Order: sequence, then structure tokens, then C-alpha cells
Amino acid sequence: MTNIANSIAIENGRVIDPANNIDSNTNVYISNGIITHIGDKAPADFSAEQTIDASDKIICPGIVDMCARLRDPGQTQKGTIASETKAAAAAGITTICCPPDTSPVIDTTSVVELIRSRQESAGMTKIAPLAAITKNLGGENLSSMASLKKAGCVGVSDGRKPIANSMVLRRAMQYADTYDLKVFLSPIDPWLNQDGCAHEGKVSARFGIPSLPEATETAAIARDLALVEQSGIKIHFNQLSTKQGAKLIAMGQKDGQKITADVSAHQLFFTENNLCSFDSAYHVRPPFRTTEDRDGLRDALKNDVIGAICSDHQPHEPDAKIGPFPTTEPGISALETLLPLTIKLVDKGILSISSAIEKITTGPATILNIDAGTLGVGSIADVCVFDPDMEWALTENEMLSMGKNTPLLGQTMKGRATHTIIDGRVVFER
Amino acid sequence: MNIQLTKDGKLKHFLTTEGLSKEILTEVLDTAENFSTVANMPVKKVPLLRGKTIINLFFENSTRTRTTFDLAATRLSADVINMNISTSATSKGESLLDTLRNLEAMSCDMFVVRHADTGAAHFIANNVAPHISVLNAGDGQHAHPTQAMLDVFTLRQQKGAFEPLSVAIVGDIMHSRVARSNIHALKTLGVKDLRVVGPRTLMPKDIEDLGVKVCYDMKRGIADTDAIIMLRLQRERMQGELLPSESEYYSMFGLTEEKLKLAKPDVTVMHPGPINRGVEIESSVADGKHSVILQQVTNGLAIRMAVMSLTLGHQIEESA
Repeated sequence: MTNIANSIAIENGRVIDPANNIDSNTNVYISNGIITHIGDKAPADFSAEQTIDASDKIICPGIVDMCARLRDPGQTQKGTIASETKAAAAAGITTICCPPDTSPVIDTTSVVELIRSRQESAGMTKIAPLAAITKNLGGENLSSMASLKKAGCVGVSDGRKPIANSMVLRRAMQYADTYDLKVFLSPIDPWLNQDGCAHEGKVSARFGIPSLPEATETAAIARDLALVEQSGIKIHFNQLSTKQGAKLIAMGQKDGQKITADVSAHQLFFTENNLCSFDSAYHVRPPFRTTEDRDGLRDALKNDVIGAICSDHQPHEPDAKIGPFPTTEPGISALETLLPLTIKLVDKGILSISSAIEKITTGPATILNIDAGTLGVGSIADVCVFDPDMEWALTENEMLSMGKNTPLLGQTMKGRATHTIIDGRVVFER
Repeated sequence: MNIQLTKDGKLKHFLTTEGLSKEILTEVLDTAENFSTVANMPVKKVPLLRGKTIINLFFENSTRTRTTFDLAATRLSADVINMNISTSATSKGESLLDTLRNLEAMSCDMFVVRHADTGAAHFIANNVAPHISVLNAGDGQHAHPTQAMLDVFTLRQQKGAFEPLSVAIVGDIMHSRVARSNIHALKTLGVKDLRVVGPRTLMPKDIEDLGVKVCYDMKRGIADTDAIIMLRLQRERMQGELLPSESEYYSMFGLTEEKLKLAKPDVTVMHPGPINRGVEIESSVADGKHSVILQQVTNGLAIRMAVMSLTLGHQIEESA
């Protein structure tokens, strides 16, 4: 499938590049891994070794997934770098940001190197790893952030392990900022996070499911924003689930704090009501909350309070999802539904196609401060060509991820990548 | 589609009182009434389930509940196997499924399941062979439908019609599967004035959504009620972040002779047992003339016989 062509012409597509305010029917020209020209006619010295006909398709920057777990190293029964980057490439994703909660944790440069070498031998989607904030995610001792940055980490995070000690977090923010590293935080108050697995509200009251209040998220956001003060330190909140949380972030942004946030695609569609049949496919953290929360998150996305949509991909082996709801492992295998769910927001009139694409390309690339998410001339040729109208059935056989754990299994998706180009190489086409 | 029902709408599993029609609940009560005389017969047995095998699958310890299921099955002439499976040995889902597969292979007809996790009975019902009925004997904080049915059965014996009744459920609503199952059953059977009473720490957020009135004041909560269902407060919840002490709980929410005077003169007092005397309820109230606590235990047997015979009976009809 992999073609080695030094020059590629992608022709007759609708080019949407939010970073450069482009939305027009034209061609994209790539030479030696770089975007060399966008326009109706090829540059004089250009001769295409490969031509892609993108008629009725959209040509956009390669998708940047803000948060996906690849399970490698450590939990390769759930997924491997090879399997998950292949699934990502087939879904139009050209860069994945992965949290440090692998096993071993990404708190030494050797783990970063291990991930890089596995990614390189797979030759598919690129990985932008986050380093641990604290050693072994223990919440106490700072990791060697400077060395980890040199090794290639784009930011620091303790994954879904909250740092309970405010002094440690404050110091961590200051230390990270010394090296211009952004701090990525999953807003979870450790004391309000006991054994809950559903939103505290009507559904948990009705079914007696151990619950997580809204304050699990909002108390953490409020504290973290207070710790940032007006210091100029850059933090990012991963996977918001509450309307109130988005409101707090909007307030901080208004005050001039350098804070950003993302939301997982599934959080924009499902609610607590999906838990009524105890189907473990809907078991996620943060939990699906109310319809009001879902709508509040959609609004925050529209108003650019939330700058990115991520997959929050968490593949599992089948056994992890078999059992009474609270005993199952949380998470959804979501790489392959990121694009169709994002497109669905356009169909629902929530986002324009251009801003929808922005939330999975330029938006996350800017937050991660990486060289991606744009079709600007001279930038690295990471490109996704997709058919926004292609309907396809999400089945276990169709899914390339090792994890088949998604509540969307069996449903018809609309929108699918047809060509994925990474560093000027067509790594996937269908 | 309700997984508790057969294709033609009859009870196949008994997992929760929620979502069952008034007719089905009434059928259970009427059937239990017929069985309630069996205990008085010289031979306390009917041959309804002869040749059937029932497995009591208890992942959570409970001598009392298990004994009544055991006795109910024996009185219906079924063969009963009791299995106590420590949750620590099967805390993983795959081994729970393996346990089920092993038991299924012994061609049994019914599982009576108690499990510490919410949704466990649904999980089992969704995963057993189609000829097996599943009875929920309590799953996490979700449901304990036979307890609720024996409560409403006792209430019907005492009061007759449900519609005019004022009923209060008092205590640890948050962690109580008994409370949830009772709320669904009482609402479906027509109780309009249903109150839940307890401190806010033990009250689930948004419980009003189930059609109950929330009351943090015991005196107002039980005022003019026809029946009071007291809940058990587990020992580990009596001190800590939920409650300061046993004694403060008793002074505010314990059912004493004094507080009982606020209810109607013919109020019925119920409790699912085992009772914490002096914590939830004053001894003299538990043993007093309003209390039907022991009658509840007796009725529990009839209810369990009813549910077993109905579910297995419908299974037999369906496969015939």
C-alpha cells in the first residue's frame, strides 16, 4: 500500500486549510515531503510521480489527535504501536499525542526512545508523546522534564492520575514553564473520584450506579486555574465533560490566562441516558453526563473555548468489557470514529465544515505547539483526503484497532478518509 | 425491549421492579397469596418445579436471603444447589462468565444471584443460555426486587389498596437497593404520596426524578403516613464523611415510639432486616404492635415461590 513517490499531486478536491483560511476547489502539490504549492496549476518545474484524484473529496491537513492511548509499552493485549498507528493512519490521523501512562511510564528518555523506534518501524502515524509530570505518576517527585523534552516529548501530563498535592502541582507548573513545556491536566479532584463510574444525577440515582459528581471536574479546574494565577504559565485541560467546567475555562481565558481545553468526540454525542442498559461499551471516564452538559460542551466548542476534539482512544481486549458495569474497564476504541463524529457536528449544524476540521487539525497542533495541522506552503506534507459523504458500517472486521470496544459498533458512519499522506508519503489509501 | 419478559410479555427473569407493568406486579402478589397457605399444610410442599434445578449463586454473603430462596425452591420441589462464591476470587468479569458457563453445563434452570456490583444480574441474564431464568437477589446499590415485592405484599395485606397510601422510606436511600426497588414497585402500584427521608449525605442527587418527595426532616417525613419502611444502615457508614455518629443518626432519624406518634394511628412499620436496634429503630417499635417485620420474613417465602414458579412456568410455556 505504501507508495514511495517524491512528488504527489492531489487534484480537483475541496481544499480546506483553516490555518490559512483556505476553502476552495483546487490542487495540492507535494515534493520531497513538503507542501510546495496550492493552486489550479502545477508549478513549472513540478512533475507528479503520483496523482490522486480528489473529486468530491475534501483535502485537509492530516488529523492531529490530541489524546489517544496506544497501550504500548505495557498493555499490548489491548493495542500496540503498530496496530494503533495503522488504524489511525487509515482514519486520516497523521499525528497522535499519547499520554505518559504506559507501562513503564514515560518518565525516562529510554521509554520515549522505545516508543519512537516502534513508531518508526511501523512507519504510519507519528507520535507526539507527553512526558510524566511526576516520576511514575506518583504525584510527588518531578520527572526530568528538560531531558524528556530533548528526547521529543511535547508537553507534560500525569494522565488521569490527579496530583493531589497543590504545592507539587504548582512547582511542576513552574518547572515545566522553565522549559516552555505545557502542562496537560485531566481535571479530576482525587477526593471526589472514589469508585464512581457514572455521572451523579438522574441515571445514577435510578440505577444505583456509583457516581462522580460534576464537582469532580469543576473543583479540579477551579484549583488548577487558581494555581496558575496570572503567571502566564500555559496549561491545557484534557477531555472536559461538564458545562460548568467549560464555563470556568471561559472565565480564565477572558481573564487572559493561557489555558486551552479539548473534548472527546464521544462526549459530544452521548449522555448519562446511554447507561440505562448497563452496556459496558458506554463506560468511560469522565462519564457521560447530562444533555445540558453535552450541549454546553458543543457551545464551548463553537465559541472556541474548547480548541480541539480528540478521540480519547482507549482500546481494550474483549475481556476488559465483560462483566457487571462497574467492574469493566472504562474507555472507547475511538480512532476510527474521530473523523465521522466530527463531521456529524457539521451535519447537525453545530460547526461549519471549516471549523470542524480546525478542531482536529490546526486546533490541536497549536495547543501541542507542533509543526502540523496546516497545508501552508513549506510545511510538512501531512495530508488527509476524505470523502465526507461516504457511508460505511463500523464493524469489528472494518476496525483496524485491536480494540473493538465502541458503542457505535454496527452503526453506519458518514465520512471516511480515502488517502493519508505522512511526511509526503501515501501511507494509506482506499 | 425489556429483557425481563418473554416475547409475549410474560416474566422470564426477575431483575428489577422497574419497567414491569402493574398487571405483572399484581400477578406476582396474587400468586404469592396462593402460596402463602403452603406453610400451613401438613406437607409443606407443592410439586410445581419437580425436576427443576435452581442454583443459588451468592457472590455476596447473606444467610437470611439465601435461606428463604433455598426454602422457597424446596417447597416448590425443585433441586437446589447453594454456592457461595467469594467476590475476591471472581472480581474479574471473565471469571464470572466462566463460572456461569460451568454451571450452565450442569443443565440447571434458574440462577438466583446476589452480587456486590450494580448491574450484575442484568449482566448474567444477558449472558446465560436462553432456557435459564435469572432472579436478582440483590445487585450492588441497584435492585432487590423480591424484597420490594414482599414489602408491597405485606402492605397490601395490611392496607388493601395502594392509591390512597402515604408511605415513607427512611434511612440510607443512597446505598439502598431495597429503597430503589420499593420506589419503582410502589409508584407502579399507584402510591401517590411516596417520600424518602434521610440526611442529605445519604440521599442520591436527583432522586425526585423517580416521583418521590425528598424530606431531610424525619418528623415531617413520617407525618400522617400509613406505612414506614425503615432501611438498614450499614455499620461502616455510621461514622465518617456520611454521618458523625450512630447516636446522632438515631436521635435524628431513628424510629422511636415518640416519633411514631406523628404517623397515622394504624401505621405499619416495616424493615428488611437485619435490624440495628437502637440505631435505626427503637426496640419497642421493632417489637411493637405496628411492626410487621416478622410477617415480612414469612411473606418473603411466598413471594420467592411466586417469582420462581412464574418465571420458570413461563420459560416452560415458551419452550413448549
